[in-house]
Amino acid sequence: MSRDGEGPRRVLVTSPRMRATRRPRHPVTREIDEQTGLGEAYMRSLVRAQLRLGLGVCAALGVVVGGLPLLFVLAPELRGLDVGGLPLPWVLLAGLVYPGFVVCGRWYVRHAERNERDFADLVDRDT
Amino acid sequence: MSTAYGLAAVSLVVAATVLVGTFGLRISRTTSDFYVASRTVSPLRNASAIGGEYLSAASFLGVAGLILAYGADMLWLPVGWTGGYLVLLVLISAPLRRSGAYTLPDFAEARLESMAVRRVTSVLVVLIGWLYLMPQLQSAGLVLRTAAGTPFWVGAVLVAVVVTINVLSGGMRSITMVQAFQYWLKLTALAVPVLFLLIAWRQDGSPGLGQDTPPAFAERTTVSVGADVEVRVDRPVPVVVHGRMDGAQHAGPVTLAAGEHRIARDTEITFPAGATVPHVSALPVRTDSEWAQPLAGREYPLYATYSLIMATFLGTMGLPHVLVRFYTNPDGRAARRTTVLVLTLLGAFYLLPALYGALGRIYTPELLMTGRTDAVVLTLPDRLVGGTLGDLLSALLTAGAVAAFLSTSSGLTVSVAGVIGQDILHGGVRSFRAATLLALFVPLGLALAARALAVADVVGLAFALAASTFCPLLVLGIWWRRLTVAGALAGLVVGGGLAGTAVVCTILGGPPGGLAGALLAQPAAWTVPAAFAVMIGVSLLTPRSTPAGVARTMVRLHTPETLQVNRGTWRPKQV
Repeated sequence: MSRDGEGPRRVLVTSPRMRATRRPRHPVTREIDEQTGLGEAYMRSLVRAQLRLGLGVCAALGVVVGGLPLLFVLAPELRGLDVGGLPLPWVLLAGLVYPGFVVCGRWYVRHAERNERDFADLVDRDT
Repeated sequence: MSTAYGLAAVSLVVAATVLVGTFGLRISRTTSDFYVASRTVSPLRNASAIGGEYLSAASFLGVAGLILAYGADMLWLPVGWTGGYLVLLVLISAPLRRSGAYTLPDFAEARLESMAVRRVTSVLVVLIGWLYLMPQLQSAGLVLRTAAGTPFWVGAVLVAVVVTINVLSGGMRSITMVQAFQYWLKLTALAVPVLFLLIAWRQDGSPGLGQDTPPAFAERTTVSVGADVEVRVDRPVPVVVHGRMDGAQHAGPVTLAAGEHRIARDTEITFPAGATVPHVSALPVRTDSEWAQPLAGREYPLYATYSLIMATFLGTMGLPHVLVRFYTNPDGRAARRTTVLVLTLLGAFYLLPALYGALGRIYTPELLMTGRTDAVVLTLPDRLVGGTLGDLLSALLTAGAVAAFLSTSSGLTVSVAGVIGQDILHGGVRSFRAATLLALFVPLGLALAARALAVADVVGLAFALAASTFCPLLVLGIWWRRLTVAGALAGLVVGGGLAGTAVVCTILGGPPGGLAGALLAQPAAWTVPAAFAVMIGVSLLTPRSTPAGVARTMVRLHTPETLQVNRGTWRPKQV
């Protein structure tokens, strides 16, 4: 993962109006490399955003999937409830849960990548 | 099922596996190739490979068997085995790839900068790998006995030998190709027969499972017992017995009294139509409507269900052969996308075992008496379709089952051998070869010596062990800066110790009854929280042993690769 040396240099392309705005003296990536307080703060914000997203998905999973056994205990009539000829637990656990996982996974990937893009825009805009 | 078809199916899969493996051989040159296929594998192929590696004999045969025996509660197994990838996706996939580590011990070393943690992790990888390999080899014995009538040890030894050849000849590159091929083979092998089975079921008038009676023989049925069993009869039934029963030789009509009976192997018993199927004493007798409902007719069902959910959802990320696959992605973003594809592929596959389990309850209830419910997938085509078509479908299923052992065993062997070769032997390609033999022949010995356990049960214990050790290490290591060396060590030792004790008790003695039995057979619900608590608690008590480079490691784990930042100089040990 070495980043030094070859490869085309990045060239700053901005409109005249952008040039007029105030810029930080150092790019934030250098703050991160030098582990300054500012760099650490940026890193913590990224890690926290990603963790919050991940734990959010886990919590949703815990409530929906983890809640099912409890639901079947509290409402025993649901255990044998007929849904289109099949008992409800089978419809949920042998069918619907799988597309649910995929939808949830895709949603997570979109948001995790957005977090990373936002972070990259934030720290990289002046290099 | 005809032996010729079965043997042909087994030979074909073995030959195809070796061929595809050798085809990949010419690219595999350096040690890095052996371990991670040079990180040039496309997401779909990588995802197929993960699926192929992950869908073991437990998924292909075991789940349907457990659903046949225990009913709706067992639907949680495939749900957890898939959902585990969702947890893995959101908590560890991208950071783990970005860590640049090849194996779990590499990750432990990179994050905690401690050789002690590395060594403990290596031992755990080997133990989990062996625990997972053992039931694979056992079920290989079972399948070959069902398909071709060979003695039990033949299948286990055959799989061990083919995997050895394959791993030694090509390393991971060939394994990646083999695994990707195996996923599609397994999906086809399970999906095509189920279509024919469902057509036959409809033509049979679509019998259901709503009755309030235990399964009964629909017609006069002769049951042949393959191994010594103890069965429970609930009311007297006139039968015809050929062979040994209750210590006496029989060759004619007998009335089976209510109560326990011991039936010797190779005994044939003919039951009249409508007789209730006697159950092996280890299996609960449940009416069909109880069977179709969750949480009915088992001791501590709620605890068992939650513990199973915990073990599978959190254990997936700790399986050594799953993690090594993530290093073959080019970057963290690709690792995430691969994981979503894996969710799709696994979801498609796991729609099928429940159908086999339910059809088995209707058409092959005698498996409840012989105790070999793991054979339901292989038995159904012959029973329901019959004729040459039935034989062909059985052969296809046998091929899929063989693919299942080969792929999972290969993947496990590669990762266990990688760890043994790197951390216990000297490293290098020669060590990897010696380690391959060690990785495979220890569980082979165990499989031949240990008493027969349900495949999915042993696999479940491997998940519980992984969830109690590697899940806290990975999750806290990736997201919590204050994890310390002492905390990680204490958590691994406590989690591994508790779950390991439960595993040994369950495998050696069979779990005791009552609450203790439930706690030991499904340990995850108490061992995982214990491991997390110890790891966090000890870390908070020893703030001085926080690794020096943790800030740099966090940059490495979490920043996207497109950013040019200093990620530190740690590289996995080249072997």
